[in-house]
Amino acid sequence: MAQSVLNAFNGPGAPYGGSGHPMSRRNLLRGAAVGAGAVTLPALLTACGDGPGGNKNEVTVGSNSSDAVPKKAFAAAFDAYEKESGKTVKVNTTEHNEFQQNITRYLQGSPDNVFMWFAGYRMQYFAEKGLLVEISDVWKDFKGFSPALKEQSTHDGKQYFVPYYYYPWAVFHRKSLFQKQGYEQAKNWDQFIALAKKMHKDGIPVAFCDKDGWPAMGTFDYINLRLNGYDFHKSLMAGEEAWTDRKVKKVFDLWRELMPYYQKGALGRTWEEAGQGLQQRKTGMAVFGMPHPGQQFPVNERDDIDFFAFPEIDPQFGQDAVEAPIDGFLIAKKSRNVEAAKDLLTWLGTAKAEDVYLKGDPNNIAVNGGADTRKYSPLQKKSADLVSKAKHISQFLDRDTRPDFAQTVMIKALQDFIDNPKDVDGLVNSIERQKKDIFSASVS
Amino acid sequence: MPQKTARRAGRRATRRFTRRDIAVLGVLLGIPILLDIVIVWGPALASVGLSFTSWDGIGDIKWVGGDNYENLVQDYPAFWPAVRHNLLWIAFLGLVATPFGLFLAVLIDRGIRFSRFYQSVLYMPVVLSLAVVGFMAQLLLGTDQGVVNTILNDPNDPVDWLGDSDINLWMMMLAASWRHTGYVMILYLAGLKSVDPALKEAAAIDGANERQTFFRVTLPTLRPVNVIVGVITVIEALRAFDIVYAVNKGRNGLELLSVLITDNIIGEASRIGFGSAIAVVLLSVSLGFIVTFLVQELRGAREK
Repeated sequence: MAQSVLNAFNGPGAPYGGSGHPMSRRNLLRGAAVGAGAVTLPALLTACGDGPGGNKNEVTVGSNSSDAVPKKAFAAAFDAYEKESGKTVKVNTTEHNEFQQNITRYLQGSPDNVFMWFAGYRMQYFAEKGLLVEISDVWKDFKGFSPALKEQSTHDGKQYFVPYYYYPWAVFHRKSLFQKQGYEQAKNWDQFIALAKKMHKDGIPVAFCDKDGWPAMGTFDYINLRLNGYDFHKSLMAGEEAWTDRKVKKVFDLWRELMPYYQKGALGRTWEEAGQGLQQRKTGMAVFGMPHPGQQFPVNERDDIDFFAFPEIDPQFGQDAVEAPIDGFLIAKKSRNVEAAKDLLTWLGTAKAEDVYLKGDPNNIAVNGGADTRKYSPLQKKSADLVSKAKHISQFLDRDTRPDFAQTVMIKALQDFIDNPKDVDGLVNSIERQKKDIFSASVS
Repeated sequence: MPQKTARRAGRRATRRFTRRDIAVLGVLLGIPILLDIVIVWGPALASVGLSFTSWDGIGDIKWVGGDNYENLVQDYPAFWPAVRHNLLWIAFLGLVATPFGLFLAVLIDRGIRFSRFYQSVLYMPVVLSLAVVGFMAQLLLGTDQGVVNTILNDPNDPVDWLGDSDINLWMMMLAASWRHTGYVMILYLAGLKSVDPALKEAAAIDGANERQTFFRVTLPTLRPVNVIVGVITVIEALRAFDIVYAVNKGRNGLELLSVLITDNIIGEASRIGFGSAIAVVLLSVSLGFIVTFLVQELRGAREK
């Protein structure tokens, strides 16, 4: 039953993520082994083997930053730490889809001293399961983090996560195309629909893709946040609201208004292709995270990228929430060198540490208020501004809810909706039934 | 007299095996049996056990009885499409790809010109893994940059070969058949070479035309090959996974049981009990097909 698991869930947690990843033979073989195991006995897969133990002056980091740009930027950051502390940092990089796939086994096997992961529910889930080390003591001395960031790093009143950078989701477009066609950035839903309609008429429709399963989640999140507010969105994600609620149906109804103006064939298009379409002026705008168009534009055209915040729907909520996934560092319960890990985390929480990183990777923005923003590109400045003005920061659908719910229910549900936007009742009923199965099956 | 020979045969049999023989036989048979139990049946039974539990791979395993199966059948929207797709896959390979492979084998066996060349070309895809075939399908059938759509050159209303859930499964089955046909062809070609020409000659003398000769004489003598090809076809259809996973991770019209198992068990989802329930369904379907098929074929062979 040899099977290959190539790329599976590619959440926004993979800012540089790509389903078009070259796969190495090792990955393929490893995938085959994992696939074979899955069909037979999953429990056998629990990782085994010894990690580096004794050396107190060495700290190991499990990294999911396998793409060239962030990998280099992280290396620069760890170099700076080595120089400052006199300790050595050993980085073990895993291809990020694979890292995400194996996280449960990784944390229960012999994880590195420190590992990279995501904020919000996706972190809290593991904290709840007792797989993480509490780092409230490290947090005591942190400066420059907003309360919203602290909230995203907290589970049950205790901190487990050191945020490092984030990137906002918004409606991205080419500045020059808007000028040439006389388009105006939309402030509210009516303007947004009118703009989409105009673009569609001009033969440059709204870019849309969901072959990867996650890009459409951004649009769902934003419509829900704007229509029903952050609090409702959060409890919907936590499984506390019914998906059959009229409020949720309204989200899909609004979304359907936009559907005719999308480019066709969204379910067969990867986010890279959608980004390239935007770059080639074949499409007018797209709901994306900041690194997504950034990656697909040649360096000399990146100044032409602009964005506007997702338009207002209900004035009661305005544009008070921003979807901005945060990446950062944590310590696994099974870490063998918690002391060294905490020392590294303390350093990573400083503004200086973020400056070093962002110098090498300008597609993200710093979380620390004390970070040096003078070298920011106009786009970075605008992003930082957008996030700092936000009253609420959401992560992303697949980071704000249970991973099993996001992965096995929501991907299919949204793809079904894109395929057939008419049957909203059937869709929400099906989501609600599955939600009950999954949330009630909770073991803890 | 028959009694006597039987007894003698029995005695001879016991005498033939010395202690050493028994030890050797025991080891040689015992090791594979042990491996079979540990590697194949143990995990399979463990999966069956796990399918009645709820487990996220971290905490305790909780017994939930038949809940997983109930949820699977009633609430999981991907389940029935996956079953349907798997069955369709078997039907397509069995009724289209396999007969086509046989057809090619017969043509080549008749010694048409350049037959060696055709043989190589048709067999070539077999060396590719299905995942690679999936990547090639993407290059050919991608919406914006695929070869086919570039040739059709209709950017305003491109056919979404791999994204449209009404046609993508057929595209996948075609791509899989491309590989499967070559495989079947080679197996049949080997079989045809071993058919005694005297049989055909005899049939011709009896006045059978070519069609009759093929269906009444040649095909029945190919029975051993038929069994192998049949089993391979079913197995290929049920284990189809890499090709759809390479294309769109087995979503949106390309759901297969194998993909659902992977989605639920591997990765962050870790619905191990639920995924095991799907695995058990796949196991039952496979066993059902293979056992019926083998029993029928073997019984047929005995009757001959």
